[in-house]
Amino acid sequence: MTKMKLPLFAALSMVAGSLVLAGCSNPTAATPSEDGASSSTVTVSSANFPESEIIGNLYAEALKSNGYTVETKFNIGSREAYIPALADGSIDLIPDYTGNLLLFIDPSADVSTPAAILSALPKALESKSLSMLTAAEAEDKDAVVVTRATAEKWKLTSIADLAAHNDEVVMAGPPEFKERAVGLPGLEKNYGFVPSKFEPISDGGGPATVKALLDGKVTAANIFTTSTAIPANDLVVLEDPKNNFPAQQVVPVAAAGKLDDGAQKAIDAISAKLSTSELIKLNEQVSGDAKVEPQQAAITWLTDQGLLSK
Amino acid sequence: MINDMLSYLGDAANWTGTAGIPARLGEHLWYSFLAVLAASIIAVPLGVFIGHTGVGKVILVSASNVLRALPSLGIMTLLVLLMGVGLLPPVIALVLIAVPPILAGVYAGVANVEPAVVDAARAIGMKDSRIILQVELPLALPLILGGLRGAILQVIATATIAAYVNLGGLGRYIFDGLALYDYGQVLVGAVLVTALALVLDGLLALLARVLSPDRRLVSR
Repeated sequence: MTKMKLPLFAALSMVAGSLVLAGCSNPTAATPSEDGASSSTVTVSSANFPESEIIGNLYAEALKSNGYTVETKFNIGSREAYIPALADGSIDLIPDYTGNLLLFIDPSADVSTPAAILSALPKALESKSLSMLTAAEAEDKDAVVVTRATAEKWKLTSIADLAAHNDEVVMAGPPEFKERAVGLPGLEKNYGFVPSKFEPISDGGGPATVKALLDGKVTAANIFTTSTAIPANDLVVLEDPKNNFPAQQVVPVAAAGKLDDGAQKAIDAISAKLSTSELIKLNEQVSGDAKVEPQQAAITWLTDQGLLSK
Repeated sequence: MINDMLSYLGDAANWTGTAGIPARLGEHLWYSFLAVLAASIIAVPLGVFIGHTGVGKVILVSASNVLRALPSLGIMTLLVLLMGVGLLPPVIALVLIAVPPILAGVYAGVANVEPAVVDAARAIGMKDSRIILQVELPLALPLILGGLRGAILQVIATATIAAYVNLGGLGRYIFDGLALYDYGQVLVGAVLVTALALVLDGLLALLARVLSPDRRLVSR
């Protein structure tokens, strides 16, 4: 019977594996830490993707150069993990995105315009004992992207123009794009855009999605506005005049009262200079061919912007 | 989570159409079948050759160990970037994990046939081709089937990765569920894959019993 054991074990460990995976994003699974950081130490964190880690490094390096003791805990996961971590004091500061953060705290919030988000966000955060600093202009939000050739052939400037070609359009995006209110349901409601087929690709608008678009396997794709693939392949981001995709400006979020005035000033100075194109450049250095470490890319950028006090 | 899974499974709408459970099962079996077939076409002749002649044993062991260590999802992503989305990248990734167990089974089965039996076959005038087909392969059958069984189980379990790109299969439930924080749906995928693996393993065990020339060899 030894033969039977291996497959059975394999099958069981698959189930166990999926349960572990499922557990990862469960907020209650996050281990609450004792009040680890003393008030003089600032623990800077980031979500589990490169852009967030880059911005986290910008914050960390700027604070260091202003004389703060900085501890870093990057890549700690998704909002489900880091918002409770901010509240319980295991981390003090993390970059986030305005629209999604507001919807996370208040799923029924009005996210129709960037201004509405910015005015509602501080209050929503307060209810969680969190606070935000000034949001940057840089915005990493969902977009419908086509190749330059498609845009010229069909004379596309906005998503509404794509609706005229519904029958010909195959759209790629992450699986959740099909179901979420801001995904296909929103595009249909706002623009009457219904692609003939939806191809789910689970790399979050990454290289496989871009490849499918460039190969012509799909006509349009859901790619983020700060993707380096957009300038690199001369892709066209279709305008979203009805704000189907909520604004997602980069915003520093901190536990309330954790950052003193000097620290806030240092972070605000970064947000003042961080535009979408600057963020794309930072992403390019880290995720592109150069493969610069996020920390090094952050130091170089801060130096170039004159934000490192020496 | 368990309740979400049960209500998903209980909803008749989830059992019909191109995104229904039978369709996803069919896709899953189709990818797995293609991969095991391709892997067998590669691994069976190679295993017979190495087992029969003893040439290249060292290379076989190291090469198949290297293959076992390759991460399937990584290989598939790389292939997608090289070849574009489609059926080929996931199937090739699955072939790579199916080859080592089949190769090991065929090689071990053929190499472990009693030398005296092979000598006897040769003594009565059998040529190499007849020795392979009528003596070595039948005697090696239990180990070959064992290797095939291992390969099929691994492929069934791993075929979920096809849903990472735009394909279907039972992995669709896992990837879609994870993306939507719908863990009931994730569990649907995990349980169906597990059930499929167990059922197939049972069937293959039965098949091995029926086909085996000597039952004692199979049920060790």
